[in-house]
Amino acid sequence: MIRIKCPYCGERDHSEFTYGGDASIKYPSLDASESEWTDAIFFRKNIKGFQKETWHHLNGCRMWLEVERSTITHEIKSVKPCHPDLQKLMELKK
Amino acid sequence: MSSKRIDNFGKINRDKIISFSWEKKNYFGYEGDTLASALLANNIKIVGRSFKYHRPRGIMSCGVEESGALVTIGSFEKRDPNVRATSQELYQGLEASGQNAFPNVNFDFGEINNYLSRFFAAGFYYKTFMGLPPFEWGSGTSIWMFFEKIIRKAAGMGKLSRLADPDSYEHAHDFCDILIVGSGPAGIAAAKEAADKKLDVILVEQDSLLGGDQIAEKEFDTNKTLDELKNLGVRVMNRTTAFGLYDNCVIGLIERITDHIYYDKKEIPRQRFWTIRAKHIIVGSGSLERHIAFNNNDIPGVMTVNAAKHYLNRYGVLTGKDIVIATNNDSVYNTADLLSQAGANVIILDSRKEIKLDNFNNNIQVKFETVPYSINGSRKIKSIDIADAKHQPYTKIDSISCDQVLISGGWSPAVHLLSHRGVKAKWNAENLCFLPGDTKENITMVGSARGIWNKSDCIKSGIAGALDAMNHMGLSKTNYFFPKEGGWSNPIQPLYEVKYNKSRSKSFVDYQHDVTADDVRLAHREGFISVEHLKRYTTLGMANDQGKMGNIIGLSLMADLLDKDIPEVGTTVFRPPYTPISIGALAGRNVGKHFRPLRVTPMHQWNLDNGAIMIDVGLYQRPWYFPKNNETLSEAYIRETTTVRKSVGVCDVTSLGKIAIQGPDATEFINRVYSNAFAKLPIGKTRYGIMLRDDGIVMDDGTSWRLSENEYLMTTSTAQAGKVMSWLEELLQTRWTDLKVNVTSVSEQWAAAAISGPRSREVIKNCLENPSLIENSNLPFMGFISANLKDGTPCRIVRISFSGELGYEIYIGSDYANSMMDLIWKEVQNYHGCLYGLEALGALRVEKGHVTGAELDGRVTIDDAGLGKMASTKKSYIGSAMRSRGTLIANKDREQLVGFFPVDKKETFDAGTIVCEKNNIKGSGIGRITSVTHSPELDHWIGIGFVQGGKEKWNNKTLIGSDPVRNKQMELEVVSPHMIDPEGKRMHA
Ligand SMILES: [Zn+2]
Repeated sequence: MIRIKCPYCGERDHSEFTYGGDASIKYPSLDASESEWTDAIFFRKNIKGFQKETWHHLNGCRMWLEVERSTITHEIKSVKPCHPDLQKLMELKK
Repeated sequence: MSSKRIDNFGKINRDKIISFSWEKKNYFGYEGDTLASALLANNIKIVGRSFKYHRPRGIMSCGVEESGALVTIGSFEKRDPNVRATSQELYQGLEASGQNAFPNVNFDFGEINNYLSRFFAAGFYYKTFMGLPPFEWGSGTSIWMFFEKIIRKAAGMGKLSRLADPDSYEHAHDFCDILIVGSGPAGIAAAKEAADKKLDVILVEQDSLLGGDQIAEKEFDTNKTLDELKNLGVRVMNRTTAFGLYDNCVIGLIERITDHIYYDKKEIPRQRFWTIRAKHIIVGSGSLERHIAFNNNDIPGVMTVNAAKHYLNRYGVLTGKDIVIATNNDSVYNTADLLSQAGANVIILDSRKEIKLDNFNNNIQVKFETVPYSINGSRKIKSIDIADAKHQPYTKIDSISCDQVLISGGWSPAVHLLSHRGVKAKWNAENLCFLPGDTKENITMVGSARGIWNKSDCIKSGIAGALDAMNHMGLSKTNYFFPKEGGWSNPIQPLYEVKYNKSRSKSFVDYQHDVTADDVRLAHREGFISVEHLKRYTTLGMANDQGKMGNIIGLSLMADLLDKDIPEVGTTVFRPPYTPISIGALAGRNVGKHFRPLRVTPMHQWNLDNGAIMIDVGLYQRPWYFPKNNETLSEAYIRETTTVRKSVGVCDVTSLGKIAIQGPDATEFINRVYSNAFAKLPIGKTRYGIMLRDDGIVMDDGTSWRLSENEYLMTTSTAQAGKVMSWLEELLQTRWTDLKVNVTSVSEQWAAAAISGPRSREVIKNCLENPSLIENSNLPFMGFISANLKDGTPCRIVRISFSGELGYEIYIGSDYANSMMDLIWKEVQNYHGCLYGLEALGALRVEKGHVTGAELDGRVTIDDAGLGKMASTKKSYIGSAMRSRGTLIANKDREQLVGFFPVDKKETFDAGTIVCEKNNIKGSGIGRITSVTHSPELDHWIGIGFVQGGKEKWNNKTLIGSDPVRNKQMELEVVSPHMIDPEGKRMHA
């Protein structure tokens, strides 16, 4: 079982979270072209090793988190809030 | 008598006699017996029939690796098949019987398969059922289908009762510092060391008693050990199997609570499924003794050597009188001594040239360089033929009379739990076994599970394991070392198969699935040379023991055939569970009504009190219909629909999702999320909105009300409420982090009722403190107001319509739902109105052509749904770039939302009907009907759904509705989905 250290709630089972997707994607602006949007939503790297991905703490604080996880071993290197202001807040809390 | 209870041996409680039944006959055993030891004490030799050949099988081990004594315990709904008699504790009144046999294990008609065995070789099922040679003649014929049934019936293990499981089960969770699997010398040493350092330790043991292999030592006192551990604060869990090891030191356990007693109540669960999150796991799971493949190595009376030791020293049962022990290693000599002391005549066949041993009883005859060749006998052992180990091909050189053959072909560390973590085992050529591989995780292997055979070294490894764990946890930086693996005085010698020189040999590699050495060779000849293919083709290692005894023999045979070493052939991966676990334990308490959570609205009881029949909608229970005077569903919903159209009805719509959207950028946010314009929605107005996914497909629809400059209330469909909430949070937290907006789910805070029908305004007027608020001038279509009910309770009233009639929804704090319903219902009755449920709600919306989840199924674009005019061209929003992307619009013939009428107005149809062109009724057709109802107003069945090209293409043409599931066809007419009041005059009234 993957256990994720939510910066707000602490270490929890993955069953409390839902998987979002590739966190490295920069979504284009809403008025961007069809081809830019196609790149952003349909083309994904199939990474073997560490990848940044989003997880939603659905049954917890409901924070969206950026998790750096190995797709081979499930080892998690880092977890931080996706929102930069929440990131700062969590830093202050430490 | 060949196996019997003897005095002065064993640790059973002879003061407490236990009666049990085997194959409907009564026998006696003692407290502390397993079913297997009690059967042996009663000299019952044949306890099972083998999987394919129905050969008689006896008890072959004393633990979870048992392959022969798979029995059925209990009867009727309590029947539990495939129980290993070797780990089933005896209790008063236990009922056990053999399985895979007719009429019984002693005399089984299925034994004929043994004589037809050449047909049952490797790949039998595959070849037979695929109709491959030599079975190609039968493929597909009806007589073949008939035989297939019989063949399938003849193979297999015990049978389920097919009755609901009467027992209760539960799930439990816990945490600890160190969890230790196995209470052998290593596990106990580790537990004591860690507990001594004040760590929170859980020790798990699958047996009822602590000690592991030490239980078979005369001096070992299991109760004293238990007391010592408890005094140190170790949490001991016996009768508990660690069945699976997962990421982050999460381990799955099954605790057997009532399997060892007679218990027919539900108060105590039969088993408990534990999920334990530890900081470190120490695995001292021990090792399993292997057998050797030679002809007839499965005749009842064959057993592992160590099992005989346990039966003697733990259960006081001497398993044979004239015993031949076949070995290639040192581990058997101590047991031979014990058996001899207990009065057995023992002869040892050792494949090695010579060995040196201290303290060995020289009265026991040892035949060096001798191997077992073939057992004579069928239902019991009469004698064993032996061969010279030096001369290959092997030939019989002598025969020894005996009633038992004990085998030890070496030991395999139980590396299963580590294998669950994807760690490959490493072959150790010195000790002829797979040792645990290296891992970076917080898992430490100790004792014979890491290939250490001496007890004193096992204890050292346990202590080292505890120190290793503490170092990993950052609690210490102690130096420690693990003793080297091995530890016998004389090296083990490879001996996996003694090849029989005649055809028709039965040298079993995997007892449980009747896989023989010849099967492995056949698989090789047929090209199945990878271990994974070998496993699946021969089913080697696929029975419920998962190859605990036979895997390595199979690998060595394949290595031989390929002229490779075992490590080059590799090993298959062990997956959880280590031993079988019951489905009931996996389900826990999540059965029946507790299968999933139930959501009810605050007026649930009010609905029930007023006669609602409920229906499940996702997790919610909602009123389905409100029958009057024994009405059927269709009578009720037609009356309810008619009443709404003629007068007024009220319906619980609380389950809709409700989201509060607040903040200075709320308008900007909502305008980006919806496809239609929201920027200029005035305060006090509501608007129907559609949101798309990134890829331009419709996600959900609902309304949003502008409560103030910076505050909205969004409603969503019942089904998508959770998804929309997560989506809004994702957008705000990951993409548009500059927007100052907060979203909060308020679905539970608000109860809501829809009041629909031409008299709805009058009804509400009578419910309000200030009736004039509801006048058309004050509350036009798509407006909302704050008002007080007559009793002063504040509420919000929105004028929207899902039914197509004049309609309102009243939202009120959840705690006031019942009093609101009382008030409204009283007024509705004054206008001869009704309560209506989901069926009528559906009928009303289908008549109006409103889409719901049945239509918005994740494949439909906003244009497909006929709502293209709601896609703004003046702004960008989520999905705007993609909704008209080339691949979506290239197909001019996409399926469009339409209405369907039957051509013959007396005809009915169902949702799921496939729409086809005339004379071309096949496949998925050119469309589908998604929702249907009988329309009281039109007085015939109507439906909405999709058809390629839409209404324009099929206007005035007849299509065919094909319903192959219900074996129905009907002619269809394509109409506008807006079947009633298309101009919307009624709802604007
Ligand atoms: Zn959290």
